[in-house]
Amino acid sequence: MELLRYFGDFTLLLYRAIRSSTEFSTYKGNLVSEFVKTGFDSIPIVILTGIFTGAVLTIQTSYQLVSSLLPASVIGAIVTQSIIIELSVAISSLVLAGRIGARIATELGTMRVSEQIDALETMGFNSVSYLVVPRVLAGILMFPVIYVVCTAAGIGGGIVAGVMNGLPSETFLEGGREYFFARDIIFGLIKAFVFGFVITAVSSYKGYYASGGAEGVGKATTQAAVLSCVYVLLSDFFLAAVLL
Amino acid sequence: MIEIRNLTKSFGSNLIWKDVNMHIEDGETLAIIGKSGCGKSVLLKHIVALLQPDEGEVLIDGRNINELNYVELRKIRQRFGVLFQGGALFDSISAFENVAFPLRYFTNLSESDIRAKSMECLAMVNLQNIGNKSTAELSGGMRKRVGLARAIVMQPDYLLYDEPTSGLDPETSDEINDLIINMAKSLDITSVVISHDMHSVLRIADKAAFLDEQKLSWMGTIEELRKSDHKRLQSFVKASEYQLI
Repeated sequence: MELLRYFGDFTLLLYRAIRSSTEFSTYKGNLVSEFVKTGFDSIPIVILTGIFTGAVLTIQTSYQLVSSLLPASVIGAIVTQSIIIELSVAISSLVLAGRIGARIATELGTMRVSEQIDALETMGFNSVSYLVVPRVLAGILMFPVIYVVCTAAGIGGGIVAGVMNGLPSETFLEGGREYFFARDIIFGLIKAFVFGFVITAVSSYKGYYASGGAEGVGKATTQAAVLSCVYVLLSDFFLAAVLL
Repeated sequence: MIEIRNLTKSFGSNLIWKDVNMHIEDGETLAIIGKSGCGKSVLLKHIVALLQPDEGEVLIDGRNINELNYVELRKIRQRFGVLFQGGALFDSISAFENVAFPLRYFTNLSESDIRAKSMECLAMVNLQNIGNKSTAELSGGMRKRVGLARAIVMQPDYLLYDEPTSGLDPETSDEINDLIINMAKSLDITSVVISHDMHSVLRIADKAAFLDEQKLSWMGTIEELRKSDHKRLQSFVKASEYQLI
């Protein structure tokens, strides 16, 4: 019963968000700041995540592929492909599920329990359009950008780690180029788009319907971060099954 | 005119009240009184359709607010100003911007007109020197006064107050009471005040409605309230430590 209510409320919120996405004048003021908070402000942690993911993957792949039968460029191919198809988008999304999901749920949850959302509604505002739409739009539009940044940082980190372990950058890039397919990038962008939607929509839902004062906001924030991670992993699996 | 007919509300198995009927004439100030937890704020939220009743209807100038589509509902809501218990100020913008906020979104006024109109409303609540203070810098009384300035900036037909004097010292409470009286007189606004502060109620209201035992237990003018022999109402008033004159 609780699950049905949860699903019903979530669907209703999404329906209201889609319907009110045409009210551009209501949410345009919030859109730019959400782009900055979701996209620009996430860049440092995303670059850091990308660099270390690429570096660790390169070192581990070099360690595991000790064979004179395999050319060294295979390391570049494996690292590049893994980063483009999976690691960059999945790891950055899991990191951002905590950072962005928690922020959204806290902001909206605090507004809910302090009656700011009620105040918006009683003024005649569409609170979903004003609060939820810009956050979800920022998620679906900025996550693909974040994915590109994280991928570039990951490959960069891989090259640096390779050079430090005696693998020339030309050899690394040669392997990367050899097994590069444009469709892998498109696959990664689709994943980023979906993950951006999942994280911002779930967190908005948890915050928008928060109740029970400070404790309720804390609960909503925790649930937003945890559920965002779970849904990212689930949708990652389904997208891999459908698209690959 | 606000008319409430046979309103019933429960949360799960917890009945809040049943078959509540009342009407509030234009220009009138009605105080809804009752113990904490009797559903006063719940009733207020039904008037602006923030909550849906289980049964019954709320009519605003003859239109059932629960049967309106969302666009129509938003238009009706623009005729209301609501002062929430804690002010419900938007904490991401300054106190002044809170007052200017509805004007920026719902009118085509120029920046200078928005500033003038916002300052006029802030002056009405004696906060003309508030400048660009953040909401975090405001005291409880100031928050309520900024909330009141925001509630009246669109010149509403109806003003709803949720516990306007709770948590305030007697002097600030009196200031807020004076403001409510002035708003009703100078702007000819229909007001609904939720309160359990009988001192306030007797000063500001024309009528009172007493919610008790999960129903509207008593309703009448302030004069009738003073003379009423309704035992639970008398007991409530006495418990408020106010001696009827």
